[in-house]
Amino acid sequence: MSEKQSPKTFLPNEGDDSGCSCDCGKIEAILAKYNNDRGRLMDILIDVQDSQGCVGKEAVAKIAKVFNMSKVDVVQTLSFYHFFSQTPRGKYTVYLNDSAVAEMMGRDEITKAFEEEVGCKFGSVSEDGRIGLFDTACIGMNDQEPSAIINKRVFTKLTKEKVAKIVKGMKNDFEVEDLPCTDVQDNILMQGPILTKDTEIGEAVRKAVFMSPEEVIEEIKQSNLRGRGGAGFPTALKWRFCRNAPGEKHYVFCNADEGEPGTFKDRVILTERPNLLFAGMTIAGYAIGAEEGILYLRYEYKFMEKQLEEVLTNLRNKGLLGKDVAGKEGFNYDIRIQSGGGAYVCGEESALLESAEGKRGEPRDRPPFPVVKGYMQQPTSVNNVETFCSVAKIMHKSAKWYRSLGTLDSTGSKLVSVSGDCERPGIYEIEWGFTVQDVLNLVGARNVQAVQVGGPSGKCIAPNDFNRKLAYEDLSTGGSIIVIGKQRDLLKDIVMNFLDFFIEESCGSCVPCRAMTVQYKKKMEKIIAGKGVKKDIDQMLSWEKVMLMNRCGLGQSACNPVISTIKNFRELYDAKIQKTDYVSQFDLAAAVKESCKTAGRIPNLGGNHE
Amino acid sequence: MSKPIVATTSLAGCFGCHMSLLDIDERILDLIELVEFNKSPIDDIKTFTKYCDIGIIEGGCCNSENVHVLQEFRKNCKTLVVLGECAIMGGLPALRNNAAPISECLEEAYLNCVSVQANDEKIIPNDEELPMILDRVYPCHEIVKIDYFLPGCPPTADLIWNALVALVTGNEMELPYEVLKYD
Repeated sequence: MSEKQSPKTFLPNEGDDSGCSCDCGKIEAILAKYNNDRGRLMDILIDVQDSQGCVGKEAVAKIAKVFNMSKVDVVQTLSFYHFFSQTPRGKYTVYLNDSAVAEMMGRDEITKAFEEEVGCKFGSVSEDGRIGLFDTACIGMNDQEPSAIINKRVFTKLTKEKVAKIVKGMKNDFEVEDLPCTDVQDNILMQGPILTKDTEIGEAVRKAVFMSPEEVIEEIKQSNLRGRGGAGFPTALKWRFCRNAPGEKHYVFCNADEGEPGTFKDRVILTERPNLLFAGMTIAGYAIGAEEGILYLRYEYKFMEKQLEEVLTNLRNKGLLGKDVAGKEGFNYDIRIQSGGGAYVCGEESALLESAEGKRGEPRDRPPFPVVKGYMQQPTSVNNVETFCSVAKIMHKSAKWYRSLGTLDSTGSKLVSVSGDCERPGIYEIEWGFTVQDVLNLVGARNVQAVQVGGPSGKCIAPNDFNRKLAYEDLSTGGSIIVIGKQRDLLKDIVMNFLDFFIEESCGSCVPCRAMTVQYKKKMEKIIAGKGVKKDIDQMLSWEKVMLMNRCGLGQSACNPVISTIKNFRELYDAKIQKTDYVSQFDLAAAVKESCKTAGRIPNLGGNHE
Repeated sequence: MSKPIVATTSLAGCFGCHMSLLDIDERILDLIELVEFNKSPIDDIKTFTKYCDIGIIEGGCCNSENVHVLQEFRKNCKTLVVLGECAIMGGLPALRNNAAPISECLEEAYLNCVSVQANDEKIIPNDEELPMILDRVYPCHEIVKIDYFLPGCPPTADLIWNALVALVTGNEMELPYEVLKYD
């Protein structure tokens, strides 16, 4: 639809003059950089946001005109992502993590410190337009909270003193690179077969490309490798479906949209073992017959993009990417990085592909599955960062070796990201089959009330389940383990935080996910306020069935924080509810206060009005 | 055995649900054989004179009088049934809930609106005999415990009839598709 045809009433920000004044020349240059390709809208929006401080209505109009799309179509994508804004967010934009663990580690004090130093509240920009303060969901730094992102750089283990220094730097116009206190730590505290540096990358790739693609898939099948994102789909099967699906092109995607609160293992792999990851992606490309691999990197990890680009350049120079990869004639393969814009749901593979195509990150209806119709409607295999690393190791060391690790159904090892109330938060590479208690012993966790396995969408388990195994056949996890000490109020500090997270991150497409999450929160508020009854608990349990109607895993698991705590910590709920069958929350005095004040009368709360 | 006693009222509603009750047509003759009416606009009994078996509520609560009447119904009825969209969810009156705070609603209605003509003294009605307006329109179940919910705008006569018969006879309610189909 051309710009002229788009109905005026639907234009965003109509009559709103707060949009930034844009530099049209710069926007044209950005569009040209991406060959005026509409599919690269995400990159374009990121660059415009960076150079203009926001994507204002003039910028939207310009982009819409060049792409011959309506302005609302541009705004659809623009408004979906957390890190894009239609109004200026300051020369420096502070995104302070509000995950449950950040709260546990004293985020409140940091919030106050920022507000005092900057002189504005979170959710707004200082009067001079210099500094904006905003909340954001887990940024993958749970082992070093409280932490924040400022203009793509990450500032960890914040204290009041650090905040004062950082704000002073911003007030003195420091470059972001020169601000103090950016110290991202890797915290690899236990290395296993994947993290151990014993694989020559070129050797692994060469070994694969001189086998037939079918043989590579067969080798992966023999290893019994399953997807490390959490769902555990057999990798070889996914590749075979993808390879056999007809299409003009095939694509490999690496899902580095590590958004599950509490997981940060992909961040560490991307920093410490990027070669291993890219080798795995290359082997996958060979196996499914792809010429292009795309690393979908969450916006929160943009600080490492430059380093990753250098690694890719280095691989090209070594002949491990590009034409005739690893000396295999006819195997041309390269990898590019695609940035996200801040949306948890993009970790769901079909939403990730939508996002990579420059659209809202809404999950697709399936079938068709991405292996048949994925990126640009072509067969696409989307795999987790850790899965690709395992692939490279398997090719180098054999499926038989890999099968000797872990359990029968869950072969190999797993990187777990441990955070919360423990002495040594960080990355631990364990073999599948370790129990929760084994992990708690490793990390130095005492007085544990509960362990959240698999992030908010996973399960909250009680001590009598600590002997359960981490494995696909028992407790499956994408890698997030949050230790919750006895001093925490599980319902108020954890469950409510997780519910807020799901409410914020729902894409809004399915009604139960959009609306019921809010209802869950209201019920929980009622119970926490001591006004709940048993029926409230029963209703929340019964709604689980409705939540399963949601289209994607996010929606289906959005009630898990409540359901799993009701199942495993029922006594906490029972202690808070009233023993009657109905409690009214209605307060007449409060309800009539405002209208009486407006009319200038004294409320009569005596009762009889008949 | 004496006949079950029924009371009805319309709170913040439009009386449409009561009209729908009258749509049971000739069955109203059966109804008065089956039950006795107490407080209700149908027989114009203004206050409860007996403890009732069934209380039927149309409309939600937009003012303090609605709250009072609803609480009286809860005290004086064994089983409370809410009838129609307004009683169940607030309905049309609840449109104001998300539109503006009550202060703005009152100012718009009595002071600022272009159709306000003769209010030179700028009075928002404040006689103490008037019910006090609530900050928002409340569905009945937020004020008192409700036993049964009959949806519709209005619920069909057949739905009301089937529900009353079920309550009076103690049999399971008949809910054929047509009775709950609203498009």
